[in-house]
Amino acid sequence: MTNKKSVATISLAGCFGCHMSFCDIDERFVDLVELVEIHKSPLTDIKGFEKRVDIGLIEGGVCNDENVEVLKSFRENCDILISLGECAIMGGLPALRNNIPLKDCLEEAYLRVPTTPHSQNIIPHHEDIPKILDKVYPCHEVVKIDYFIPGCPPSADSIWIALEALIKGKEPQLAGVMSYD
Amino acid sequence: MNKLSKNTKKINILLDGKEVEAQEGENIVELAKRHGIDIPVLCYYEGMGECLGTCRVCTIRWKRHHVSACTLKAEEGMDLTIETEDLKDLRKALIELLFVEGNHFCPSCEKSGDCDLQHLGLKLEMTVPRFHYRFNNRSINFDADKILFEHNRCILCKRCTHKFEDDNGERVFAFKGKGSNLSVEMNIERANGLSEELVDQVVELCPVGAILKKGKGFDRPIGKRKYDE
Ligand code: SF4
Ligand code: SF4
Repeated sequence: MTNKKSVATISLAGCFGCHMSFCDIDERFVDLVELVEIHKSPLTDIKGFEKRVDIGLIEGGVCNDENVEVLKSFRENCDILISLGECAIMGGLPALRNNIPLKDCLEEAYLRVPTTPHSQNIIPHHEDIPKILDKVYPCHEVVKIDYFIPGCPPSADSIWIALEALIKGKEPQLAGVMSYD
Repeated sequence: MNKLSKNTKKINILLDGKEVEAQEGENIVELAKRHGIDIPVLCYYEGMGECLGTCRVCTIRWKRHHVSACTLKAEEGMDLTIETEDLKDLRKALIELLFVEGNHFCPSCEKSGDCDLQHLGLKLEMTVPRFHYRFNNRSINFDADKILFEHNRCILCKRCTHKFEDDNGERVFAFKGKGSNLSVEMNIERANGLSEELVDQVVELCPVGAILKKGKGFDRPIGKRKYDE
């Protein structure tokens, strides 16, 4: 166990598609568990960092203050940090709102939307609800990111190739396997 | 096809230090291709006549200057540098600039898989642009009957403004504004007068997903598109 590398994963402003694609490595999971131990991740339901981790995979961009906090804790606790997928790399589809003033976004979503019952048309706000940011930010504009795996989602092959290389201390070669869609 | 006339003078030039035979006035992109060197191009396409030289993605070095290969014509004794690491990185940086200047959401783009810009990004192994995303505020023009104009994706290559005319020989697209306000304006009346064939032609001519045919959307699955392997 001790010489195994450790991996942590998280989904910020993403759709979990990158995690689904990670699961698409299928039988290679058998090889993966020989090489790594999966630590904090939605896949293990381990909530906090109990130790330093070798590789952190970030799905999703940064759209609220909680995302900022979580991303910073990943940076503090992971030796190598990877932006996984278009949302982490450039904001992705959530960043389609980046040209619309936040006020208009919230009003459209909560006040003007036809499915809101008349008595309940309020913009939700509570100290326990993360505060939405003015824009959706690419992860590398918030913390230093070491590697990027493009795709929406990245193919299982590109995730596997990058992970396997990094576990073995090599540079990932994604030419020919990566895509932007 | 790159037309090589029998009457043109044969000359010798150097491509990355290697002497090759060329015809005087030959287009450098085509000449390099003939000798197995693939210079990336974006605004250029084979057989286009006079080149636009707008995107600079085919930048090479001649006499210690950076020049666009598509607008350069072969001359006796030329010594051209093409495939150095710094030139490859410069070309990649130019592609990255186009990605951050527009709003390129490839996962939701109808041209994805058929797009020359996306293809070059992948070919030059761009995983992330080195520049900040600008998220410029650009619009979509829905006013024409058959064409949708997506300003978020236009790279201002001038193909539609300089290489496309309607049946009456009139231009349908023109540049408007200056500097960072430069954009392509579509003449709605002329766009509405285009035949289906001409609409298909201009959609194909646009290297990115800026000029789209209304009602077409996504017509082929991933795996069957132009640049899918
Ligand atoms: S135009 Fe090309 S690069 Fe831009 S979003 Fe569409 S597919 Fe991507
Ligand atoms: S609309 Fe297309 S063809 Fe016209 S300038 Fe923009 S990118 Fe080029």
